[in-house]
Amino acid sequence: MSIISKDTTFLGYRRENGRVGVRNHVIILPLDDLSNAAAEAVAHNIKGALAIPHPYGRLQFGADLELHFRTLIGTGCNPNVAAVVVIGIEDGWTQKVVDGIKVTGKPVVGFGIEQHGDHDTIMRASKAAREYVQWASEKQREACPIHELWVSTKCGESDTTSGCGANPTVGDAFDKLHPLGSTLCFGETTELTGGEHIVAARCANDVVRERFMFMFNRYQDIINRHKTSDLSDSQPTKGNILGGLTTIEEKALGNIQKIGKICTVDGVIDKAEAPTHPGLWFMDSSSAAAEMVTLCAASGYAVHFFPTGQGNVIGNPILPVIKICANPRTVRTMSEHVDVDVTGLLQRELTLAQAGDKLLECMLRTANGRLTAAEALGHREFVLTRLYESA
Amino acid sequence: MIHFVLHAAHDTVAVVVVEGVKAGMTLNGWIMDDDKNMSVVARQDIPIGHKVALRDMKVGDTVIKYGIDMGKVVKPITAGEHAHVHNIKTKRW
Repeated sequence: MSIISKDTTFLGYRRENGRVGVRNHVIILPLDDLSNAAAEAVAHNIKGALAIPHPYGRLQFGADLELHFRTLIGTGCNPNVAAVVVIGIEDGWTQKVVDGIKVTGKPVVGFGIEQHGDHDTIMRASKAAREYVQWASEKQREACPIHELWVSTKCGESDTTSGCGANPTVGDAFDKLHPLGSTLCFGETTELTGGEHIVAARCANDVVRERFMFMFNRYQDIINRHKTSDLSDSQPTKGNILGGLTTIEEKALGNIQKIGKICTVDGVIDKAEAPTHPGLWFMDSSSAAAEMVTLCAASGYAVHFFPTGQGNVIGNPILPVIKICANPRTVRTMSEHVDVDVTGLLQRELTLAQAGDKLLECMLRTANGRLTAAEALGHREFVLTRLYESA
Repeated sequence: MIHFVLHAAHDTVAVVVVEGVKAGMTLNGWIMDDDKNMSVVARQDIPIGHKVALRDMKVGDTVIKYGIDMGKVVKPITAGEHAHVHNIKTKRW
């Protein structure tokens, strides 16, 4: 018996569109790099507002621009966000982001800087942010069924203990959540290399399998086009190699432990797309931690499972990132970053089922409002994925 | 104490899960898939998280972990030795 069943509930914020969030952020979202200063000034003025600065948004085009909009709009639409103030250098693209977020029914407004300047923009945006923060502060958590909690996963600074302990713990939790009708996600396309046949075999049907293999091969083509070596310096990373991982195949076989033993892969999405039904989704994505977690937040996920071996310290501005670790040295040297210690697994002091339950218990506490280590430490990595050069 | 773990009984490498493994130590291993034990004598110091070879392997052999191909041997390996980037390489990319 697991600690969760279909009757399990968590305390979440039900948004205007029915989705449930576990945080209640009012975000100040810059459209572009030029608007970071104004966004940060607004967040400085208005306590409880959170600026999400980033370095992009100018002269992008085609699929890369679409991804930029999809990621910003998705971030604003995430149910962990109560309300959004968008600031851009000009009104056109700013309004495009506002309109995209408005579909959810949540409060959102945009401000363009040109012909106003930073001072006037900061003043107008601060007034809006102040109203939103006070409005959001009256929102109450309510009991919600566990299947309404969307959970994503990605591992980082993995080592061999990730594949033996921390990743199988996530897999066990996914195997328990999947039958309850949860919406789950994994990705890291290149880090499936050597184990892609295992993922393909787990796909629920041929349509999903073909779509998965299309995404996998598309990414392999990018690697082959740009590589200057066998990537042994970046996949596995230097940290991975220091931790004992030797080849991309070994890393991939460990990575895949995160999707458990029984749950099926039920759908495939492109970067920052929103899933359209419950189940386990594969998202085509980079394996770089902050890029992938940012995409998960933009896809609408509300809680994230992040197993680490050597001690990746990542967080996200709006998505609580729960760290799971099975490496006793890392737990000793970096305890402030670890939410769930599963070192007992490798000494046979903890069964996999117990480890999975330990993670699910932490998930529920996190959903109910307990801050993760990354949140308490102020980790707010927000990294947009770029597909190619700007125009 | 468990010094190393492996996934499948036919894996040719296993993961050291404790600190302080020195050459000459007899290491206790746990085969996770079968819940059985095995042992090997370390021929070198091996850091936590790094792999110990469970059998002799020659250049070109496939290395098995999780019961699956994880790369190829590029320098001869003797059972008990440290198995890593100096003697194993990817078959991809």
